[in-house]
Amino acid sequence: MNVGLPHFLTISAALFALGLFAVMSRRNAIGILMGVELMLNASNINFVAFSRYVQHGIDGQIMAAFVIVLAAAEAAVALAIVLAMFRNFGTVHADTVQSLKR
Amino acid sequence: MTGDLVFILLALLTIVPAVWVVFSPNIVHAGFALLFTLFGVAGLYAYMGADYIAVTQLMVYIGGVLVLVLFTVMMTRVPQGKRANYGLDRFVPAGVLSLAVFGLLYKTITSVDWGAGHTEPVPTVAEIGTNFMTNYIFPFEYVSLVLLVAMIGAAILIRENKNTQDEPENGESEVQS
Amino acid sequence: MSDNAILYSALAILGLPLLSYVLIFFFGKKLPRQGDFIGVGLMGIAQLLAIRIFIAFWKIGDPSYRVEKAFTWLDLGGFRIDAGILVDGMTAVMLMVVCIVSFLVHLYSVGYMHGDRRYARYFAFLGFFTFSMMGIVLANNLFFLYMFWELVGLSSYLLIGFFFHKHSAANANKKAFLTNRVGDWGFWLGILAFFTATGTLNYFELFAHVHAGTIKGALLGWAGVALFLGCVGKSAQMPLHIWLPDAMEGPTPVSALIHAATMVAAGVYMVARLAPLFGADAMMVILYVGAITAFITSTIALVKTDIKRVLAFSTLSQLGYMVMALGAGDPTNAMFHLTTHAMFKALLFLGAGSVIHAVHSQEMGDMGGLRKKMPITFVTFLVATLALSGVPFFAGFYSKDGILGSTLAFGMTSGHYVPFILGITAAAITPFYMFRLVFRTFFGKPQIQEKYDHAHESPLSMTIPLMTLGVLSIIAAGWQTADKGWFAKFAAPYDVPAISAEFNIESTGDHLVVHDEHAQAGHDAETSVEAAHGDEHGADDTHGEEAHGEHHDVAHTAHVRAMVMSISMALLGITLSWWVYYRKKVNTGALQKKFHGAYTVLQGMYFFDELYHATVYPFTLWVASVCAAFDRIVIDGIVNGTGYLTRMVSWISGLIDNYFVDGAVNGVAAVLQGAGEGFRRIQTGRIQTYLAYVSASVLILVLVYRVL
Repeated sequence: MNVGLPHFLTISAALFALGLFAVMSRRNAIGILMGVELMLNASNINFVAFSRYVQHGIDGQIMAAFVIVLAAAEAAVALAIVLAMFRNFGTVHADTVQSLKR
Repeated sequence: MTGDLVFILLALLTIVPAVWVVFSPNIVHAGFALLFTLFGVAGLYAYMGADYIAVTQLMVYIGGVLVLVLFTVMMTRVPQGKRANYGLDRFVPAGVLSLAVFGLLYKTITSVDWGAGHTEPVPTVAEIGTNFMTNYIFPFEYVSLVLLVAMIGAAILIRENKNTQDEPENGESEVQS
Repeated sequence: MSDNAILYSALAILGLPLLSYVLIFFFGKKLPRQGDFIGVGLMGIAQLLAIRIFIAFWKIGDPSYRVEKAFTWLDLGGFRIDAGILVDGMTAVMLMVVCIVSFLVHLYSVGYMHGDRRYARYFAFLGFFTFSMMGIVLANNLFFLYMFWELVGLSSYLLIGFFFHKHSAANANKKAFLTNRVGDWGFWLGILAFFTATGTLNYFELFAHVHAGTIKGALLGWAGVALFLGCVGKSAQMPLHIWLPDAMEGPTPVSALIHAATMVAAGVYMVARLAPLFGADAMMVILYVGAITAFITSTIALVKTDIKRVLAFSTLSQLGYMVMALGAGDPTNAMFHLTTHAMFKALLFLGAGSVIHAVHSQEMGDMGGLRKKMPITFVTFLVATLALSGVPFFAGFYSKDGILGSTLAFGMTSGHYVPFILGITAAAITPFYMFRLVFRTFFGKPQIQEKYDHAHESPLSMTIPLMTLGVLSIIAAGWQTADKGWFAKFAAPYDVPAISAEFNIESTGDHLVVHDEHAQAGHDAETSVEAAHGDEHGADDTHGEEAHGEHHDVAHTAHVRAMVMSISMALLGITLSWWVYYRKKVNTGALQKKFHGAYTVLQGMYFFDELYHATVYPFTLWVASVCAAFDRIVIDGIVNGTGYLTRMVSWISGLIDNYFVDGAVNGVAAVLQGAGEGFRRIQTGRIQTYLAYVSASVLILVLVYRVL
């Protein structure tokens, strides 16, 4: 098999789907965060793959670099929130935080 | 041939732990599975010739984010008996949706002519660095600003307010309110 | 005097008493002297107008001349009532009669009713009565006639019951009104019958219809009897005479005005006016009713001791005479007697009032020898009594004589002598009891000395009317000799063919030859009245037919015989009375005991009241109770049933409202609430759910819009 763009895209799609699944179904707030990371990584793979096979340049990679950085920042903030949540509610169960309900 | 095998291994290294990340009831296991997934992704980057990105992934994602995640996992552990049960109701719609999304994406991938072509991979570090300083200088600076804000924000979020300290903690007899 | 002037004068005569009533009724108490001068003054003006009209018709001299003005009272398309006033010779005479008596009574009442607490009200009612009576006299159609008929009955009610605190007065006016109602019921039926058959209520149109045969046979006969019932009630004929004696509860001037001279005469006037409407059978009924009334009531007067009661029965008797004359087909003499009777009967009542005013009592037992104390009253009273007794040269003689003449003529031509016999007998009884009254009141020893001492002549306001009427009681006859048959100028039987020629009415073929003997007797009696007194009448011969030639002899002999018999009867009566009550040659007390049975019957007025109490009243009450039961059970049942039905419907409606309507409303609310509850669950507050929704939405969008 000639490894080409579709393969990478497939992997990234699978990763994205998995990440989505994790976000939707995980009870643990950190688990949800992990799902988000998966999704971000999936999109990163996409960027790099496209820059490698279609664009033949490095723009996608630069994008991927930015995504990584921002993902890190976002992870930091998110985890801070998780910690605050843990402090306030005593648990990281996502269902405890439902003040938006009704 | 070996290239294909390497690819398959890398793919498996990526996907399988990812599955474990999603389905594992133990969050610590999930964290460590994520480690492997990220490794796999870094490998894929390397396979594609994106050397800088691969290394950045290793350092930042695994060395930073994952560590952070694991730290938080450790800090927010609840006693064993109080774990909530999974329940199947949420798996079904989530699963359906995920599958649907995957199906959609896969359909897209296979039905579109991307115009892909092979080239030899070249070292990218110099080029990326140059682009950071010239073409993408603005995003570069903005991102650093974002990082700054994120740090401040995270610090504030973490700060212990006087209001949240209603009950005196064990060991600390005098708590200023 | 032009026709319009006559009409306007007549309208004024109609309106002035009404004005008097209105002014005195509403302002009387505030006016000086309580407004009696308004009553007297307005009546005086009316009197002058009446004299003018009378003179106008005297000059015209044709009894068939009439002035009529009508307007459409009610027009409903197919149903129309025209109403208006009519002035002819008969009207002119009646206007005079009513005006004279009313005016004099007004004047008299100033003195008589002096000091009464409701003095103003009294004059108001007098005015109202006069207005109503004028209405009867002036009406040209049955509708107005009936309307004013009722008003007169109302006035009578108000005036009889003037002293309403007295139980006897309160009962008397009720009795009068209700008895009148019985008569009016018949009257109304008659009017309806005529209206239904002919479609008109106008007098002359009705005459034409009758002549043409639009209404005939049994229907005409019964309708006539029904109309006559009105006369029976109003003019107190038997069997509806019971109210008149009780009506004496009212003030004496009222008795003079209403129950002697005018209102009771209205019945006679009505029959005279509507003479062509009465068929031969009806006329027979009228004749006998009148004759019987005349006789029976005169017998009752023999034993009564209350002077007003005696006069009341005397009135009844004279009314009977008038009705008898009408039945005999002689409306002229009936009206003539009505006129003369009005004069002397009013005088008698006012004189009695004068006596009562002086002695403060109505019983003959409290009087005696009053002629020295009250000379004017005595003289005038005596004049009136002579007139009533039918003594020649006094007015009553000529009219009563004429009646007896035509009754005898009728008897001779038809073989019905009974009415004449009854009439002539009454002609003897009447002077007897009248002079009994005179002797016991004005002659002899005073029965109660104290009363005698207090008695004095009445004031001028009372004696002037007495004197005026006294003069009239004589000169009404004087005109007879001076100008033969003056009354015939005013009132004569209608020329029905001439009248019916004025209207175009389809004749049904059989010409109604009405009251053959009656008509003959009527015509002849009237001509004989003229003939007997000397001159032949010339130009004012109202019927040019000479075919009555052979009847002329019958009438002439009848009249002469009647005159002889009536004069002798009068003398007989007066002599007997003088013998018994002046010379006291007969012990009346012993006679009373000897004929105790007869005395009781007479004293009890033939027990008519008791008979009615036993039969009519229980029957009426029974009918009333049946009606009440019907009302209670059926009518109230229907009403209650409707109420119940409405409640049922509303209950059902309430159910529907509660279950269906409210259910619908509540259902909508419930649905909305359920939907709300359902939709609320979208907002779980959990991000993951929202993410799921977003993903699903994106998928759907992609699939739908075929991004693929």
